[in-house]
Order: sequence, then C-alpha cells, then structure tokens
Amino acid sequence: MLIDFFLHLKTKKLPVSTREFLTLLEALKEHVAENSIDDFYFLARTCLVKDEVNYDKFDQAFGEYFKGITHIPGLDAEIPEEWLKLMMKKHLTPEEKAKLEKLGWDKLMEEFKKRLAEQKERHSGGSKWIGTGGSSPFGHGGYHPEGIRVGGPSAGNRTAVKVWENREYRNLDDSVELGTRNIKVALRRLRRFAREGAEDELDLDNTITGTARNAGWLDIKMRPERHNKVKVLLFLDIGGSMDDHIKVCEELFSAAKSEFKHLEYFYFHNCIYDHVWKDNRRRHAERFPLWDVMHKYGEDYKVVIVGDATMSPYEILQPGGSVEYANEEAGAVWLQRMLDTWPRAVWLNPEPERLWDYRHSIEVIRTIFANRMFPLTLAGLERAMRELNK
Amino acid sequence: MRFQGTDTYVATPDLMLAVNAAITLQRPLLIKGEPGTGKTMLAEEVAGALGVPLLQWHIKSTTKAQQGLYEYDAVSRLRDSQLGDEKVKDISNYIVKGVLWQAFERETPCVILIDEVDKADIEFPNDLLRELDRMEFHVYETRQTVKAVQRPIVIITSNNEKELPDAFLRRCFFHYIKFPDKETMGRIVDVHFPRLKQDLLKEALEVFFELRDVPGLKKKPSTSELIDWLKLLVAEDIPPEVLHSKDKKTVVPPLAGALLKNEQDVHLFERLVFMARHNR
Repeated sequence: MLIDFFLHLKTKKLPVSTREFLTLLEALKEHVAENSIDDFYFLARTCLVKDEVNYDKFDQAFGEYFKGITHIPGLDAEIPEEWLKLMMKKHLTPEEKAKLEKLGWDKLMEEFKKRLAEQKERHSGGSKWIGTGGSSPFGHGGYHPEGIRVGGPSAGNRTAVKVWENREYRNLDDSVELGTRNIKVALRRLRRFAREGAEDELDLDNTITGTARNAGWLDIKMRPERHNKVKVLLFLDIGGSMDDHIKVCEELFSAAKSEFKHLEYFYFHNCIYDHVWKDNRRRHAERFPLWDVMHKYGEDYKVVIVGDATMSPYEILQPGGSVEYANEEAGAVWLQRMLDTWPRAVWLNPEPERLWDYRHSIEVIRTIFANRMFPLTLAGLERAMRELNK
Repeated sequence: MRFQGTDTYVATPDLMLAVNAAITLQRPLLIKGEPGTGKTMLAEEVAGALGVPLLQWHIKSTTKAQQGLYEYDAVSRLRDSQLGDEKVKDISNYIVKGVLWQAFERETPCVILIDEVDKADIEFPNDLLRELDRMEFHVYETRQTVKAVQRPIVIITSNNEKELPDAFLRRCFFHYIKFPDKETMGRIVDVHFPRLKQDLLKEALEVFFELRDVPGLKKKPSTSELIDWLKLLVAEDIPPEVLHSKDKKTVVPPLAGALLKNEQDVHLFERLVFMARHNR
C-alpha cells in the first residue's frame, strides 16, 4: 500500500526513511486523516517531510504522483528552463563571428525584451531567437560579441556584458558528505578550546588544594566546561567563473558547517564590494551592507574568503568596475577595509596554484592579502588554518 | 482526544491535523515557523483544550539533556556528609527530578513543551532520542528505570538557529507554521479583539501587509506585533481614516514603534514613503 508513492518520493530526492513511512501507515490505520485527499496530503507531509525547505519538493512530487501533472504553473516572467538546457554548441568560424553585428547595450536589452515577448517555444540554433547554441545575441552557449547570457553555463567565451541569470545563482548545497571527511580533519586544526560561561564542572585539583588550605573543611571549586570557541566567518564567491569549482566549494561548506559551532557565511560575486548576501534566490532583495558585517562580527572571528579571484583587474581596482552594478568605491578599498577589521583573513583559491602567476587579478589580490592566499586543496587548507591560528 | 483549535487560538486545518496525528500516535510534534507565529502558544492551547496540565521546559544554550530527566546533587550530599546529616545515607534524597520525570510519573496524560530546542548544544536532541521514543530512562544512581505511566503529548519548538539531527527528526512529526494570509489573520485578530471595528481592522491589516512587503526590512513585523499594535490603536482610539491618510502629514503609520523594532528599518521605511510621495 502506497509503496509506489514512497518510492516515488525517494526518486524525487526527498530524504524520506522507512521509519517515517511506517509512521504514516500507522497514522492512516488510526484514522487520523479522513478520506479526503487534502487531509492525506497534510498527514503525509507532517509525517514524511521534516524541513520546510523540502515542502516545495514534496508538493511537486505529490502533485506528480496523484495527478500525473508534471509542471506547476510558473510565473510568466520566468524563462522556461527547457530552452536553456545546453543542447549543442555551434562552433563559428572567425569570419562568421566578424559578420555578427554589434548591437548597442540599450538596444540589446530592448530587443531582448521584445523577443522574449514574441517567442513562444523552445528554440535551438539559428540566429534570431533566444535559445541555446545559436549566434543570436540572446540565450547562452552561443557566441555573439556583447551578448546577454540567459541561464546555463556560458559557452567558454565569457564575453557577456552583464550576467543576466538571477536564477543560476543557487545556494551552495551543504549536504554533500562524500570527501568531506578529510576537509573536516583539516579544519579541525582551527580549534581553540577555552573555558568560558557558566561554572558547572567540579575543579578537582583546586578543590583538593582549597580543602587542604581550609584544614580539611570542604571548599568546593567550580569551573566552566571546555568548549571549542573558535568563530568562523566565511565569504563565498558564487556564479560566473566559480561554476567550475562548485563541487569542491560545496564540500568545504558542508564540512565547515558541521565543524564549527559559530559559523556565519555570506556570498559575493567576483570581488567584495559594499554589500554581500546570504540567500542567492533573494540576493537583490536581501543584502547585508559590508559595514554592518564588519561591525557585527568582531576581531575574534576568523575570516576565510573562498574565490577564484579570476576577473578583470578593473573589477578590483576601479570604482564602477563591478560586473553587476556601479560600485562607488573600488573592490580593493573594500578588501583593505576587511583586512583592517580582520588582519589575519585568508583567501582560499580553487584554481591550481601553478596558474596563479598567469592571471593578473590573482596577483593583485595576493598582494592585497600579503601572500595569504592558499589553494583549495587539503595541503593548502592546512596551511591556511595554521596561518589563521597564529 | 482531538484538538480543534480554541476560542483564543486559530489553528489552520493542516496544523490541527498535525497535532491530532501527534496525539493519536503519541509521538513528539516538532513545530517551526517565523518568530511570533504562535509556536509556544500552541502547547498552552493544546493543554487548555484537552484539559490536561502543561509542563514547560525552556531550553537555553547551557541546558543539558540530563537536566530534563534528573540531576544528582553531589555537592550538597558531600557537604551534608561533613555535617553528619542522616539524610546522606539515602542517595535518592539528592536526586532532583526534571520535567520529563515529572511528566512520566503522572497517572493522567499531560502536555510537555520543550521550547526552542535549537538553542541548546548540537548534541542535545541526540541525547533525548531514546527518552522521547520509548518514554523511559534509567537512573544510574538509584538503579531504577522510570517509564511513562501515560505517554505524554510532547510539543517541541524550534527557531531554526541550528539544524537538528536526522535521527531526531525521523522520530517526530513536523509542522511548519507559515505566516498567516490575510483571511486567517483576520480570524486571528477577531479572536483577540472581538469587538474591533471592521473598517479599522481592514485598514490596519492593509498597512500591516504593506509593511511586510517593504523590501530590505531587517525584522519583519509578525503576528504578535500586529496584535500589540492593534491593542495600542484601540487604546488610543485612533480612527480608521488616519491609517489610510497616505497623502497627509504623517509619514509613518501611527504608533509604528510597535511594528518596527529597529531604527534602521524606521529610516528605510520613512525614506520609501517619502520617495513614493515624491513620485506622485
């Protein structure tokens, strides 16, 4: 009974266990839910889903199973993901590339909106419609100078004027457990035990000494328990050229999240400017001014920045250099401010160390960080942790 | 025993079902949700509706799982032994019963509230697995096993500050109280202020939901704040038209201090109102 439903949830990657399934059956036997589908839906959800993050996944799976509906109606403004699946890559000859007209920026946006309105179905190739692998200025996986990127990884050209893929920034998944064991061990170097807080442990040595001094009358001494009191602040670069490193960053994040009691994290894109964010889906609505972050998390936080530092040097050195908006002050100014707050901050770079010398922006950031940039490998992590512990 | 909501608490059908599942199958119910959506109130109301006593255990960052079962007061026994007190010979004189023990030995059913379980150490929920599952535990000092006479109804609340371990989650029912929509909110307010003027309520709810939609607020006003604000509006006898006066001199709705708890939010809001008027 309902085993198919249970297996269906499993295939949809919902973390359901047999025990929870048996609980559901038990509840049905006890007639907690009457015969209506609504009641059953609520009951199944309360038994099987243990985190509101998974509610959406469950809703989809439930709908699929009981109605055979595959899609929930999306918002009109959203671009159907189907178009964006990378179907093919069109290799253009240099002559062809030259033939493509260069449209101005405003015109590009205007055209894009117009075509978005006109276009009704999926499209691949060709040179006008939005889709994949074409040479139209819109879509992705294709080539056009000054093109706008729409979803999906860029086709290796990386010439998009502005990144136009709000949806592509997904939150790093910290559920990856594979391979995180080693990272955890490396992070463990960053432990610092201290006695702090309520005195709730008997201090035997001191009690004996105290009692002896008291001529045999008991003199009880208490002390606080030992805790790992290290506090970590993590800044993660996300999107763009970081796509190649998602897996290793997820692993690091997953390990760090379970290893430190006080862990705070923020996201940024390419270089840190005057604000960072915590939730990539709402990054435009909910942002945290860097000033606030610097004031809130004091010197006792260990700061780790993870990013490939691969960008145009203008993005670091020039005001207004950000790829996303007109920043008033240059990235370098903000990085320096961070270093003033947390002088020991380290930068972890997932790019191989041997490539560092060939990228100007990496060189720039390394200089700002006074060589405290380490590769995101186990060895590099250990070096970084040792540096942080100094 | 079935929970149907009460005169003072509005429960949505899904919440009622979750509570009833927990009552029928005698498993703990884990409640999450935005602050101020009535998580803690739920336990009080369930106990009130079923007419059974409520035992509360409020968790702090220093709380240990053991404290909910019992504590052995070794220090006072040591001291008493020096004073030659007769009490000292019986160890059970120094066992202090915790909330769970008190609940387990009751002859009649009761409701236990474990409030803000996420405040405690990461290990805390794991240490309570067996106790909540089998409803029994062993007292090492007196070599006795305490078993629940009547399985109590356990309601656990969490504010999502820490993730709870899977093994713990598997043993619970889970319900996420989502923020009430306008209609439910109207019912909630009705319960608290039965004689509130309809037009005042309508205007107030509009202002409230508009305020929640302001992007970038650090702390969004919640249900409990709305109720506080209405209390003030009623006490000050503010007419409904004032709330609607968007083009008059008042920048922020009257007594907004009850809704916005952060001076940066107030600034932001004032700026937005100012800009909105400018555009007009």
